[in-house]
Amino acid sequence: MRELELYLHIPFCERKCLYCDFLSFPADDDVRERYVGALKNEILSHRGWAREYAVTSVFIGGGTPSVLSAGQMGGIMETLHKVFRVNADAEITAEANPGTVTQEKLTGWKDSGINRISFGLQSVRDKELKMLGRIHTFEEFTESYRAARAAGFSNINIDLISAIPGQTVQSWRETLKTAAELGAEHISAYSLILEEGTPFYERYGKEPGSGKNGGIQKGYPPLPDEESDRRMYEDTKSLLKSYGYHRYEISNYAKEGRECRHNLGYWERKEYLGLGLGASSLLEECRFHNTEDMSRYLNLFAQGREPGPADAREGIEKLTREDQMAEFMFLGLRKTEGIRADDFFRQFGRALRDKYGVQIEKLKNRGLLEEEEGRLRLTERGTDVSNYVFCEFL
Amino acid sequence: MSAIDQKHIRNFCIIAHIDHGKSTLADRIIEMTGLLTSREMQAQVLDNMDLERERGITIKAQAVRTVYKADDGEEYLFNLIDTPGHVDFNYEVSRSLAACDGAILVVDAAQGVEAQTLANVYLALDHDLDVMPVINKIDLPSADPERVKEEIEDVIGIDAEDAPLISAKTGENVHEVLEQIVRKIPAPAGDADAPLKALIFDSVYDSYKGVIVFCRIREGSVKKGTPVLMMATGARADVVEVGTFGAGQFLPCEELSAGMVGYITASLKNVKETRVGDTITNAERPCDEPLPGYKKVNPMVYCGLYPADGAKYPDLRDALEKLQLNDAALQFEAETSVALGFGFRCGFLGLLHLEIIQERLEREYNLDLVTTAPSVIYKVHKTNGEVIDLTNPTNMPDAAEIDYMEEPMVKAEIMVTSEYIGAIMDLCQERRGIYQSMEYLEEKRAVLHYHLPLNEIIYDFFDALKSRSRGYASFDYEMLGYQRSELVKLDILINKEEVDALSFIVFAGSAYERGRKMCEKLKAEIPRQLFEIPIQAAIGSKIIARETVKAMRKDVLAKCYGGDISRKKKLLEKQKEGKKRMRQIGNVEIPQKAFMSVLKLDDD
Repeated sequence: MRELELYLHIPFCERKCLYCDFLSFPADDDVRERYVGALKNEILSHRGWAREYAVTSVFIGGGTPSVLSAGQMGGIMETLHKVFRVNADAEITAEANPGTVTQEKLTGWKDSGINRISFGLQSVRDKELKMLGRIHTFEEFTESYRAARAAGFSNINIDLISAIPGQTVQSWRETLKTAAELGAEHISAYSLILEEGTPFYERYGKEPGSGKNGGIQKGYPPLPDEESDRRMYEDTKSLLKSYGYHRYEISNYAKEGRECRHNLGYWERKEYLGLGLGASSLLEECRFHNTEDMSRYLNLFAQGREPGPADAREGIEKLTREDQMAEFMFLGLRKTEGIRADDFFRQFGRALRDKYGVQIEKLKNRGLLEEEEGRLRLTERGTDVSNYVFCEFL
Repeated sequence: MSAIDQKHIRNFCIIAHIDHGKSTLADRIIEMTGLLTSREMQAQVLDNMDLERERGITIKAQAVRTVYKADDGEEYLFNLIDTPGHVDFNYEVSRSLAACDGAILVVDAAQGVEAQTLANVYLALDHDLDVMPVINKIDLPSADPERVKEEIEDVIGIDAEDAPLISAKTGENVHEVLEQIVRKIPAPAGDADAPLKALIFDSVYDSYKGVIVFCRIREGSVKKGTPVLMMATGARADVVEVGTFGAGQFLPCEELSAGMVGYITASLKNVKETRVGDTITNAERPCDEPLPGYKKVNPMVYCGLYPADGAKYPDLRDALEKLQLNDAALQFEAETSVALGFGFRCGFLGLLHLEIIQERLEREYNLDLVTTAPSVIYKVHKTNGEVIDLTNPTNMPDAAEIDYMEEPMVKAEIMVTSEYIGAIMDLCQERRGIYQSMEYLEEKRAVLHYHLPLNEIIYDFFDALKSRSRGYASFDYEMLGYQRSELVKLDILINKEEVDALSFIVFAGSAYERGRKMCEKLKAEIPRQLFEIPIQAAIGSKIIARETVKAMRKDVLAKCYGGDISRKKKLLEKQKEGKKRMRQIGNVEIPQKAFMSVLKLDDD
């Protein structure tokens, strides 16, 4: 049976963080309730074909899915299980913000089938959390974390961000250590990206660590300089390694066997269906996403309507063979284990060397790629400048 | 109107300093003489190239014929000949003036007489034109027409007592201008039965008609079938069509005779055969001698033009050929640069001419260009006695072969209000200017006379002048000749490789400073790459300045949100696109605009 991953988007949060450019915003109870209804209706619209697929993973992301009540989440999960054939061992993750979950809510999630929690912690220093515009303290996080364990979650991820304003190498090490000592199964350690349209972008301009940022003049703490940024990045690898985490993707670390299967699916170009506002999909070599317009979404999937499964789709892009091969490279190479020439041949009926021999040679000569037993992967240096490497395959 | 006699014709032009309202007045005259209805009026109908309209300047001289019914009840035929307003096109201005019998001098009621006002008036007086002053922009709050009148009388020495005080913008008093044109500008003279003698003041290429020659008939007449001879170029052809100028259109007529302004077509293929300033005569009944003043205009400034995308080289050649059809002053020849590949070394009248051609290539022909630093023509005297005209720094002979070098000088007139005299003198000093004299035109305004090397003013002299005088200084120049000078070729090495397109010739005393600035500029323009990149400036084998572009440390897109791969891919594509626009020199990728950064070394 064909496999499928599902992504469900919950575009709500209590307050927008200062660095966040995701499709997410605060909303009142009424909108949230209507959205949950519409999302269930969208799920139902897929019932005609859904049973042809076996769902291997589900990811409920946001925003902050934990702003939904236990009942709302339960309703969504129930509908999902009714429409889709979800494998018994499927990885089902929900994102949660510390301070928005209770023991009761978490137990409800567990009962609805969710078996993995991803906490957005970002930092263990309250001052840094405030700086980022987060709504929680570290103390609140530890309570939420304990509650999740108590509710029976044995697979937990913690998101951390480095290179944030005011952060020092020391405070970043402390953040990493504290998260690792808590014993989470998975840690995502991202470096801050200043996204256009966010308050942080306004404050700090474009280049992190360029030293030219205007934030300082305006009384904001500065971004770490290039040297510190660099050390934070290196510390992440070595420190997490010493706690038993291995890096399996550019920014993702896990204990043995605890890699996020859903995310790996993206890098391996598995088919996935996005549900909810703005959610992206890859189906039958087409990429598309749902409308990002909330009122349109709510109307399309309003109660009592019988929507078609493709009603909200936009930006449909049919991937050419060329696109598919390029994606295979720049997505696959994100994984620490890299890509296999065999897989390339199996998927495209063409030798990897035949297609990308020139680029591979050039990148190997520059010390950015390495090859071992039929696998091609980024070197340490290649990982640092992975965009440069990926551009070669476009 | 065919039977109109000479005494009802007025051939005139409008002269003014830039921005004093020449084009606006032309618009009003055309509008008020009723040739066009208001509905047909578009702002500034004389400037029919988009580019001209945007820049607010007139590039090519043009002409328009209108009919005015004067207060005396008679109808007069006005030929308004538009002149370009910039020193680069001085020669074209001079030829346009030669086609007129009188000139309207427009002076801004607030700014008064400026350097170009003077230069243009002198030029007009040289051509024996009657100059009729008009004071414009009286609607401005800062207008002071009485002061300006006095200034015109004191500085220029022409009677401004009854100069119309007008606002070309609102149309106020423009009627008085029309009446004065009838009264003050003389009717043309010339014997219609004498052998043909006509002055070419412009020509344009039309893909249907071939070259259309704009001319003023001095003597004799011309009509369809007349065999004509261009006296300087020797080109011959039979006239296919003659006519006059509507607004933005050609109006064919039977015959053009002495005193008239109009056009002829004669299936000529190239404007090179119909040089501005040349005399047209009847090949079978030629006149004794050509009209005076013809000279071949030669480029003053050279630079390399390269397509950003090497594959567009043939397109660039086609585009340059097409532009040249209309612009006899534009010269080009193929050249090759190690850094930039195939391109052309092009010659221009000046920096504005260069900018205009570059913009037209980019806009009208959709080409992305890389321009190398402009260079003047240096004379290199070699030890073996040979003298070469050097237009491309790359061709500079070895230092050992050079006896000495000469560079072109200009005679500059800078008009400035007294509080900025010091600042402008400093600027001229920095640019190696040699002070000649200074005259006070009135209490607060003076003219500075300097001799300056042309290569010091082709980059950004105008900008520097404006910024150091808060816009109050104006400037005009003419060529003076060559002068011996200490010059060196400055080379730029990127990652130890010499980049030929970045080499330039500079006064030895400024070389260190320029080299240092150049390295700084390039450091800012060249993005970090996988390895460290030294940028060096060198004279011969001696390194005089160095900067380093540090190696790129991190280039990672960390996050992938909700499987939004399309967005990630777009970011990578954007990055890739940026790389494509770069030039690969050895292992280093250099953005196109780095090659242009040499042009703007003095902006700090």
